[in-house]
Amino acid sequence: MNLSQSNTTPRLRLSGITKAFPGCLANDNIDFAVMPGEIHALLGENGAGKSTLVKIIYGLLKADRGVIEWEGKHVSIDNPAAARALGIGMVFQHFSLFEALTVAENIALSLDGAYNLAALSEKIAAVSASYGLKVDPKRWVHELSVGERQRVEIVRCLLQTPQLLVMDEPTSVLTPQEVDKLFEVLRRLSSEGVSILYISHKLDEIKALCHHATILRQGRLVGEVVPAEETALSMAQLMVGEQLAEPLRADADRDRLDQEVLFQVNELTLPSEQPFGVDLHAINFELNRGEIFGIAGVAGNGQNELLAALSGEVSTPPETILLNRQPIGRYSPTQRRSAGITYVPEERLGHGAVPDMALHENAFLSGFIRRRLLRHGMIDILARNRFAREVCDAFNVKHSGIESAAGSLSGGNLQKYIVGREVLQKPTVFIAAQPTWGVDAGAAAVIHQALLDLADSGSVVLIVSQDLDELLLISDRIAVISGGRLSQAMPTRTADRNRLGMLMGGMKAGTLQEEVEAQGVQHAV
Amino acid sequence: MNSDVLVLTLLTVISAATPLIFAATGELVAEKSGVLNLGVEGMMLVGAVSAFLAVTETQSALFACLVALIAGAGMALIFAFLTLTLHANQVATGLALTIFGIGLSALVGQDLVGVAYAGLPKLTVPVLADIPIIGPLLFDHNFLIYLSIVVVFGVLWFLQKSRMGLILRAVGESHDAAHAIGYRVVLIRYLATLFGGGMAGLGGAYISLSYSPMWAENMTAGRGWIALALVVFATWRPVRVLLGAYLFGGITILQLHAQAIGVSIPSEMLSMLPYLVTIIVLVMISRDSNRVLGNAPACLGKPFNAAA
Amino acid sequence: MLFKLEPRGGISARMVYLTPLLAVGFTLVVGAALFAALGYDPIHTLKVFFIHPVNSVQGLAELGVKATPLILIGLGLAVGFRANVWNIGAEGQLTLGAIAGGGVALYFYDSNSPLLLPAMMVAGVLGGMAWAAIPAFLKTRFNTNEILTSLMLTYVALLLLAMLVNGPWRDPDGYNFPESRIFSEAATLPIILEGTRLHLGAAIALLVAVILWFLFSRTLFGFQVRVIGQAPAAAGYAGFSQKKMVWISLLLAGGLAGLAGLVEVAGPIGQLLPRISPGYGFTAIIVAFLGRLHPVGVVLAGLLMALSYLGGESAQIELGLPVAMTGVFQGMLLFFLLASDVLVTYRLRLLPGLKRRAGGV
Repeated sequence: MNLSQSNTTPRLRLSGITKAFPGCLANDNIDFAVMPGEIHALLGENGAGKSTLVKIIYGLLKADRGVIEWEGKHVSIDNPAAARALGIGMVFQHFSLFEALTVAENIALSLDGAYNLAALSEKIAAVSASYGLKVDPKRWVHELSVGERQRVEIVRCLLQTPQLLVMDEPTSVLTPQEVDKLFEVLRRLSSEGVSILYISHKLDEIKALCHHATILRQGRLVGEVVPAEETALSMAQLMVGEQLAEPLRADADRDRLDQEVLFQVNELTLPSEQPFGVDLHAINFELNRGEIFGIAGVAGNGQNELLAALSGEVSTPPETILLNRQPIGRYSPTQRRSAGITYVPEERLGHGAVPDMALHENAFLSGFIRRRLLRHGMIDILARNRFAREVCDAFNVKHSGIESAAGSLSGGNLQKYIVGREVLQKPTVFIAAQPTWGVDAGAAAVIHQALLDLADSGSVVLIVSQDLDELLLISDRIAVISGGRLSQAMPTRTADRNRLGMLMGGMKAGTLQEEVEAQGVQHAV
Repeated sequence: MNSDVLVLTLLTVISAATPLIFAATGELVAEKSGVLNLGVEGMMLVGAVSAFLAVTETQSALFACLVALIAGAGMALIFAFLTLTLHANQVATGLALTIFGIGLSALVGQDLVGVAYAGLPKLTVPVLADIPIIGPLLFDHNFLIYLSIVVVFGVLWFLQKSRMGLILRAVGESHDAAHAIGYRVVLIRYLATLFGGGMAGLGGAYISLSYSPMWAENMTAGRGWIALALVVFATWRPVRVLLGAYLFGGITILQLHAQAIGVSIPSEMLSMLPYLVTIIVLVMISRDSNRVLGNAPACLGKPFNAAA
Repeated sequence: MLFKLEPRGGISARMVYLTPLLAVGFTLVVGAALFAALGYDPIHTLKVFFIHPVNSVQGLAELGVKATPLILIGLGLAVGFRANVWNIGAEGQLTLGAIAGGGVALYFYDSNSPLLLPAMMVAGVLGGMAWAAIPAFLKTRFNTNEILTSLMLTYVALLLLAMLVNGPWRDPDGYNFPESRIFSEAATLPIILEGTRLHLGAAIALLVAVILWFLFSRTLFGFQVRVIGQAPAAAGYAGFSQKKMVWISLLLAGGLAGLAGLVEVAGPIGQLLPRISPGYGFTAIIVAFLGRLHPVGVVLAGLLMALSYLGGESAQIELGLPVAMTGVFQGMLLFFLLASDVLVTYRLRLLPGLKRRAGGV
């Protein structure tokens, strides 16, 4: 489509948007414009200020300075209702659907006008049929997969007939196949004249989808480019602002794994303890010394339950988990640590660390057994503090003293601290969930290197991640978890994205075909 | 037992259940919005004493109930300000509210001890009230009893059928999501908390105006806490609150009648019954954790901060 | 709103200590206003309330007597509150401690053994523990809310005591008053300050405070309590068992409350009565919070709360103020404490001038 065709008034123009939080300038004098029908990318690392900017556009935050123009007119967006009234729709990354309500009730919550669920359900059916977004208004949201939830959110926006659709990291929870379908919908909306503001840090997607890209770094606008004319590398450098070292493995020959099995999971079947959780079905895998094993999958497919079983937070029948051929299924987390398993949970604040406690206390939290920080039942304060400093030094953690609270560290620094704390305990088996989720590229590089080095030193490294790129980059073998079942592991060399994607979607090639056909039928109706 | 005795017994059951219905239904609404207010006992006491004070001053029962409603809501306002605006811990603040309510009601009521009041006038429905058995059971009560039923079904309709009710449930389910789509979480929780306080106040008023028309220190005797237990018992459903309240009313009355019949058990042991039954019922409900967790508002008792 | 709260991104250590003082200050100011509103001279009334009771050795000793049960219970509750175990049935546990310990005293009424008093103490502790074990069992086994069960059990305990002193344990020579016999000399706590009522229990309370302070600050146990309370998921991650903590904190609080009950009946009261506590079990909740859930703080807060009881009595005697004033004071104090606690984790900013500053950062 041709942007300069007829309309030269931008649908949305931001000029000089500035927003400060205590101790951080989230947006510094940002200018950009989105034309009608344009798909405009907002590109930047975690913490670059994208989310703040989006919240300002959707009326959730108020800019300290700056002007917003809508269709050429100066507007003030005081709350989301005002944004919706203008014609701005938003698909959130997190926190936007209500688990215990039905799809129709969820959608009703963001629509103004008369409250009539029956009439609304008909409208939902019409819109979802017309765009091929399968959604059942009567279902409870907690029964839906992540992809289905996103469809609900998109349908919710479309019912407001938006002029501008804001999408915050929409693909981070989707399989590659679901991403393709989403892009079809977005291209169609664009051809109908709807503007799309697409927030992401995934360069391939932006190249494939977007007409323009505005790049943010540390709250500042550092460039506006046409993605089609750029390479992924040139955009990456603008986004990160520095040359990044590729992680290196001392032992570059990945095939030469020692065939010594250190860790086994046998027929692990476990009903979930959570009300809306996922049950595990007959999970099997074996890990060899010196290996990095990746488990891919879309969030909410049993990862949390698997990790809880592996870390000992939930106990299982003894023979289902073997460490050095010893059954440890009944071991508590403490016993597993002394046996040689350390673990980095997904949630940094509140799970991997106590936010309001000092760094040294957080070092003690999981390190007191293997690092022997207890003496006669009393805390050995000197040894504890030494350990905390050692972690900070070895992993280059920026902090203002080991007395400072864990919650005061930036995401990347805290993650380095937690990974360092677990790595420096010299584990036999190291387990990490989303080790680089939401951290800056520099910290991610440090963490990846540490995991590679740990494997080289003879430990087993198990990584559970939603980030396929990360797994393809550092793991030796990959398996996929979906619906609480784990696929066969495959060597990373031979793993292809499409196949992984299909496994993540929980289907085989045949069933995928069927679904496409089923939707075709709906179109006809 | 002849039918007169049966009717009399059932009437006392209704009377014993009514304060619980008010307090528990109010608390249910607050909890549905995500607010756990443990100060029900304190709010009921303040409601009871202010209603009794108002009725002895003005002789107007209607005005007394209005005063109790406002007094209960006023107590709830303290709670709401501390927990919703100042982010204080809801459990601790609720306990403080009860301690404060006990002291405040005793202070206000010190000159009311021993004052007599005739009790609430009955609103008898003509003709219908003359039907045997059903008449006196359904159509011959004071207005608070009718109101308690209206409140339960009103709340049921509000939560299930109205848009505002949907919004209230959404706020209790996920305050972050509700905030993200633009609802004023704190304001909605303020309103729900105030409603809960007002209803607790009315429940207190019923005790001091009708159940035992007088004022005595601590006269609610733990009914605020039983109301809290009832909300759990009812798994946050209004109609089950109603049934639960009549069940507890029945137990309270059973205790009185056993004494009257002359069962040779110490009276204290019979007085323990409602409290012991509460514990047993709570155990029965909560042992099925999915049932409770699946129905409990997901954000119950969690602090919300819009900044960020 | 005229002000705005900004998260500090951590805890202000200064505010942790300042807010209790702030709360006391606010309470005094509002209290004075309340006195004035009721038609009393505020300054004089405050003096009667807070100075008169303790301007003599006798008064100070009374302060210790009243503070002893509050400190004992507050110490136990503080452990539980830190670990998010909400035992609010200390009043019932106190009652059971008094029943069990007092029962021993009545059963061995004629004994002069020096072992009688230690046996009563053990019985008191066990009685409180047994009562607290019920909510602990129901919580860990059936996931039943401990707030409601422990409170319901309080009412049951009070009725049980009433039943006993009205029935089997009534003093045969007591003209049918619902009171037990007066305990023998051997079943009464020794006085540690001659000419006053200050008894051995006060020393025990201080000893318990020292032991708990050590446990809190230097041992794995104290660390576990804090982690479980602040971040339950992190506690699971570290391998600290929540169920075990529910048991430990309820048994500890129950045992100390039971001891407090025994100390009351074997100390200042000297017999079993239908009502042996003016609500110490509930006031101790305030004591625990006001003392920042810290053993040293609990001792200071216990003294302050004891003063509010004495003040209430002296204001009643000297000025005819209702005793209920004490409850109002205590509730207000806790409100102000909870309100000013916001300053520990948030910074208060007045709205005018906000824009300027924020733009310049």
